[in-house]
Amino acid sequence: MQELITRAKALLESGEVQRVLGWKQGEHIYDPEPAFFDSAEALKDFVYNGFCGANLSKYMIEAAKLEGKTLVFLKPCDSYSFVQLMKEHRVDREKAHIIGVGCKGKLSVNKIDADGILDIQGAGYPDCADTLTVDTLYGQTTVSYKDAMLERCHVCKGKEHMVCDEQIGESADTADSDRFAQVAAIEAMSPEEKFAFFQSELSKCIRCNACRNVCPACSCRKCVFDSTKFDSTQKANTTSFEEKMFHIIRAFHVAGRCTDCGECSRVCPQGIPLHLFNRKFIKDINSLYGEYQAGVDAQAKAPLTSFTQEDAEPSIVAEGGLTHA
Amino acid sequence: MPVNQNNEEFRPVIVAFCCNWCSYAGADLAGSSRLSYPADVKIIRVPCSCRVNPMFILRAFEKGADGVILCGCHPGDCHYSTGNYYARRRMTLLFSMLDFIGVENGRTRVEWVSAAEGVKFSETMNSFVAKIRSLGKNVRLGDLRCKN
Repeated sequence: MQELITRAKALLESGEVQRVLGWKQGEHIYDPEPAFFDSAEALKDFVYNGFCGANLSKYMIEAAKLEGKTLVFLKPCDSYSFVQLMKEHRVDREKAHIIGVGCKGKLSVNKIDADGILDIQGAGYPDCADTLTVDTLYGQTTVSYKDAMLERCHVCKGKEHMVCDEQIGESADTADSDRFAQVAAIEAMSPEEKFAFFQSELSKCIRCNACRNVCPACSCRKCVFDSTKFDSTQKANTTSFEEKMFHIIRAFHVAGRCTDCGECSRVCPQGIPLHLFNRKFIKDINSLYGEYQAGVDAQAKAPLTSFTQEDAEPSIVAEGGLTHA
Repeated sequence: MPVNQNNEEFRPVIVAFCCNWCSYAGADLAGSSRLSYPADVKIIRVPCSCRVNPMFILRAFEKGADGVILCGCHPGDCHYSTGNYYARRRMTLLFSMLDFIGVENGRTRVEWVSAAEGVKFSETMNSFVAKIRSLGKNVRLGDLRCKN
């Protein structure tokens, strides 16, 4: 962390960058929030630890409109989102100085809470440690680092940065499970079971729109969900399908552009596994239109804005050709 | 009200999005050729099958449709050259998603109907309505407000 602050200070003082986009301490130790720092003095609030899961790429859209260069810290998986935004001409590569920061898996406070560890006062950020030491109101305790990781870190896309000017810190590939295992398990259910599963998950939705707001791919200035004619703008539930419609459309609007950064699931206050929708689209796109990872290549053709004459007909779904592919 | 109508019989609401250049003309031809298809089908004319965004389909279901069918020009025949190719990819993904959340996958369909295929139009609609009748009322996607 000190290395990052020193480098940021040097860049600010040399005038190469006008501001720094990083993380600062939130209300609690476990919720660092994205923040802009305008001066070397302000950097005293800068933090980088195991809870810095927030993807800063989306904030670069605003930074691209500001005067001068912005220094931004991107983890390997955040860099995919940045490349995707470059592809869509939403961020300005010329106005960004990107430091690729090392990441060996980020922590989920919900998972730590689920182990019965509450009132966290502090937690270290040990590199390559097997156990994480957590200070709580009731004393010190330890959890397995792997068990406390965010879901997305278990399906890590790798330790390479897709874009960066310099790199500070080591990264590690923390993938230890199959990315599409959960989706395949749901596909294998009967229609009644699937419906019951999503009904129970999505009925938790409180329509806070956090999943939409945090998503780096979801960056339209005018959004269909802000329309007063859209059903889920009201807080009251008039139909059991409203949540499903919201979440299908949300995922559909980023289909083919979603880098699977997992921010939607991370920020959901209700713990809904929203990444399942995005991953279902990714799985289908991979099996129908060839393997595609958004955010790798800014020049590649996106699956939903291209086609081939030999594409599968939509009837493939009813014939069951997709689930058993 | 027709005296011979059986009120007990389930009459589905079917929404058919038809492309202006092929399928809508196909429906016209079916009419002028005096071919019959069930009156349960409500046709909505769209400029191209590509105009139909996933929200149209979900909205139709939400507002009480029991089945939604999208008809467009045959691949390669699109008035705008390539619209139906994009529609094909989108609808495949959308239908797959509906299947994923547990909606019976027979409730949605895409058919390519040209302006010369009045017979195909009527056959398609007959078979689709029969399919929806066998599936019954759409309870998983409906808006509760529209129910009695």
